[in-house]
Amino acid sequence: MATSSTPAEDVAQDGAVGRDSLTTRLGALLRTREATVIGALLVSLLTASLLVESFATPRNAGYLLLDVAAVAMIALPMTLVVITAEIDLSVASTLGLTSAVMGQLWTAGLPLETIVPLCLLMGALLGAINGVLVTVAGLPSLAVTIGTMAAYRGLAYVVLGDRAVTDFPLSWTSGVTGDVPGTEIPWIGLVLLLLAAVFGALLHATPLGRGLYAIGANPEAARFAGMSVRWIKLWMFVLTGTVAALAGIYWTLRYGSARADNAFALELSVVAAVLLGGVSIFGGRGSLPGVIAGVLLFGSISNALRLASVSEEALVAVTGLLLIVSVVAPNLTDRIRELRAQRARARVAAQSPTTTRTEQPTGGTNA
Amino acid sequence: MALVDVAKSFGAVQALRGLSMDLRPGRVHALVGENGAGKSTVVKAIAGVHLPDTGHVEIDGQRVELTTPADAQRAGVAVIYQEPTLFPDLSVAENIFMGRQPLGRGRRIDYATMRERTEDLFARLGVYIDPDRPASGLSIADQQLIEIAKALSRDARVLVMDEPTAALSGTEVERMFAVTRSLRDNGAAILFISHRFDEIFALSDEITVMRDGGFVSHAPTAELDIDTVVRLMVGREVTTLFPKQEVTPGEVLLEVDGLTRDAAFEDVSFSVRAGEIVALAGLVGAGRSEVVRAVFGVDRHDSGTVRVAGRTLPRGRPAAAMEAGLALVPEDRRQQGLVMELSVQRNATLTRRWALSRLGVLTGAAERSATRSWARRLHVKAARLSDAVATLSGGNQQKVVLAKWLATGPRVLLIDEPTRGIDVSTKAEVHRLLSELAADGMAVVMVSSELPEVLGMADRVLVMHEGRVTAELPRAEASEESVMYAATGQREAAA
Repeated sequence: MATSSTPAEDVAQDGAVGRDSLTTRLGALLRTREATVIGALLVSLLTASLLVESFATPRNAGYLLLDVAAVAMIALPMTLVVITAEIDLSVASTLGLTSAVMGQLWTAGLPLETIVPLCLLMGALLGAINGVLVTVAGLPSLAVTIGTMAAYRGLAYVVLGDRAVTDFPLSWTSGVTGDVPGTEIPWIGLVLLLLAAVFGALLHATPLGRGLYAIGANPEAARFAGMSVRWIKLWMFVLTGTVAALAGIYWTLRYGSARADNAFALELSVVAAVLLGGVSIFGGRGSLPGVIAGVLLFGSISNALRLASVSEEALVAVTGLLLIVSVVAPNLTDRIRELRAQRARARVAAQSPTTTRTEQPTGGTNA
Repeated sequence: MALVDVAKSFGAVQALRGLSMDLRPGRVHALVGENGAGKSTVVKAIAGVHLPDTGHVEIDGQRVELTTPADAQRAGVAVIYQEPTLFPDLSVAENIFMGRQPLGRGRRIDYATMRERTEDLFARLGVYIDPDRPASGLSIADQQLIEIAKALSRDARVLVMDEPTAALSGTEVERMFAVTRSLRDNGAAILFISHRFDEIFALSDEITVMRDGGFVSHAPTAELDIDTVVRLMVGREVTTLFPKQEVTPGEVLLEVDGLTRDAAFEDVSFSVRAGEIVALAGLVGAGRSEVVRAVFGVDRHDSGTVRVAGRTLPRGRPAAAMEAGLALVPEDRRQQGLVMELSVQRNATLTRRWALSRLGVLTGAAERSATRSWARRLHVKAARLSDAVATLSGGNQQKVVLAKWLATGPRVLLIDEPTRGIDVSTKAEVHRLLSELAADGMAVVMVSSELPEVLGMADRVLVMHEGRVTAELPRAEASEESVMYAATGQREAAA
C-alpha cells in the first residue's frame, strides 16, 4: 500500500517472498502434517484399487461413504474439542443411548418427526453434562468422559435392554442410504460435505475458531485476552453431544435397527481419525482438512481389508495400530524435518561463512 | 574457558557472528547487549545447548566440543537461568543431588548424607534453606540459590548467570551478590548477564558489549561508565530515557474503591484521570500485580468496586472490562501475554477477533493488515508476521503484546512490568509510547519494580506493602528514599 517501503521493519523479509514465494510456500504446504495424511490417503486408495478387486467401483465408494459417515460426523466437533486440549470419549455411548431412546419412543408410538428433534436435544444435554463436569467442576475431560462413556451406555441398556427395534418405516431407512436422484452420490455425502464446510469455516475463518487454538495452546493467555475459556469449552461439548446424537439417528436408520450396543467402541475410531489427521492431543494444533483425510484414510483401509475378507476382530486390532501410528508418526516426521533443517543450515553455513543479509541497521532510525 | 570466533545462525538469521571472549577464574565477566544481540546464544553455546556453526570453545586452553548439556556439565559449566526449573515435588536436597544421590548400603539412597552435604553447601553459600522442604513454594531467589548449590556440589568452575536478578527484590539481589562474590573469591569464573546497569557495575570486573550478534568492545569495568556502555550497546546516544510529557489531567477514568481479595491485598482505593500515569510501586510480592489483575477481572475480588468512567464493572469478567475500555498488559509475557505457538499476527489480533471479522468471517488477510500497521508503528522486527511469536526476541514480543492491547483502543491501560527483560532502546521506546498515550488522554496504571522507571514516568506513585497501599506520593514528593520507605512498611517516613 505504501509507495516507499521501509526496510528493517516488520516487512523486512517480505521482500524475499517475491523471490521464492511460490516454491517455498508450496514446499511449506507440502511439509505440513495435513499434506502427509492426504498423501497417505492417496497412496492407500491407489494401493487398494490395485490390489483389492471391486474396491474402486462407484458402488463400493457409496458404501465406503455410508460406512464412514458416523465417524466423519463426530470427528468434526471432536476436532474442535481436541484443539481446545480436551477430549470426549463418551460420543459412541451418546450415539448408543440416542439409538435406544429412538427405538423406545418409536415403540411408544411417537412419530419420527418428533423423535428426531427430541433426540438431538438429548444429545445436547448429554454433551452439556460432560461440559459442566469439565468446566464447572474442573475435572479432567479424560476422566469425566470415560465415566459418562460407561454411564450413557449403561443407560442405553436400561432404556432398551438387549432388544432391538427394527420396524422403522422404509421411507426413512432407505431415505438415509439413498442417492441424490440421477446420480450415485448418497444423500449423506452431501450432508457430510455441508457439515464439513460449516465446521471448517467455524474453525478456520471465524473469531471463535481463532479462540479455540489460543485456548488449546495457552488457556491462561486466552483468559487474559478476555475469552471465557470455560464457556467456550462447555459449548464445544454441547456441540459434540448434539452431533453424536445426529450420528445415532443416522446409524439407527442406516442399519434399520435401534440397539443399546450400537456403535460400541466407535469413539476409538473417531479419536484415531482425529489424531491421524494431525490434530495434537495436547491441543492448539491441527486442521479440519487433515482430519477429513484421516477419516477417509481410516475408512478406506478398513473397507479394503473387509473386502479382502479380513475378519472384524482383526479390524479392531488395525484400529488400535493406526491409533498408535497416528500418535507416533507426527513425532517421527518432526524429527526427520529437524534433521533435514540442520543439514541444510550446515550447508548454508559452509557455503557462505559471512553473510551480508543481516547487515542492516537495527531499525528505529528510519520510519 | 574461552570462546574463540564462535558463530551460529538459525535459518536466515545469524544470531552470533565471530564472537570471542575469555572467562578467567576469580573474575566476574559481564556480557551486555540489547535483546536480540545474541547473549542468550552465547549462553547456549557454553551450556552445550547449541553447537556453534564455526569457531569453538576452549577450556584450560584445550579445545572442547560441548554437544549436549551433559557435556557442558562434565566440563564444569553450570548455568543459572532467570527462572530455575526444579522438580517441585522433590525436596531441596533431592533437587540438588538429582541423578547423583549419595548411595548407602545396598545402593539405597543415603538421605542422611545427602541432607548433611546440602547443609554444608548452604553453609558455604552463607544462606539457609531447609533441605527437607519441597521445592514448590520456594521464592525464585531461593530456587536460584538451590541451582547455585547444585553447581557448587558439582565443583563447577564456570558459572553462567543469565539475568538472575530479573525477578528478585532488593534484598534478594543483595544476597545473590554476596553469594556470587564469595564464589568468585573461591576461584570460579563467572559470566553475568543483566539488563540492570547498577548491578553490572557493582558486580563485574570486566564488561563485554555485543550488538547484532557481533563483538563491540571489551574493557575492565573500572574504565567504563554507564553512559559509555549504553552508547556502545545501542550504537548511538540514547537521548532521553524518560521522555515524560507534562499533561493536564482530565476527567477521572478509573476509580478503584476498597478493593479486597483474600490473602492478596486489602482495601485498595485509588483513582486515575485521563492523561495521568500512576505507578504502583513496592517490593515483589506486595500485591501490585494481583491488584491490576483483579481490576481487569482475570481474578475475582472479594469486595470493593471498580468503576470505569463511572460505570461499575462486574467482578471477574475480563471481557466486560475490555468493553468498558480497559486493557491489561500482563506481567508474564510468555504465559499470560502471548500464545507462543501462534503466529505474530494471530497474537496481535487475538483481542480484536470480532472487530476484524466481516459477517462473522475472519480472514488471514484482515489479521495481517491490522497487524502490519501496528508492527510499523511500534517498530516490531519480525521476519514474517506468520511466524510463531516465539521466534521473536523478548523486546519484540513485548511490542506484540502492546500492539495486541493498544489496538483495542483502551481508555485505561493497566501495564504490569512494561520493560521487564527488554533492552535499553526498546525500553526507551516503550517509555516514549506510554508518555504519548497519556498525552493523548489515556489513563495509565503502571506496575513497576524499577525505581528509575517509576520515578521517571509517573505523575503519582502508589506504594504497596504486604497487600496494602502505604503511601500515595505526587511526582514532586516521590524519590527513591520515600518510595523505599513506604515499600518496606515504614509509614512515618512517607507522611
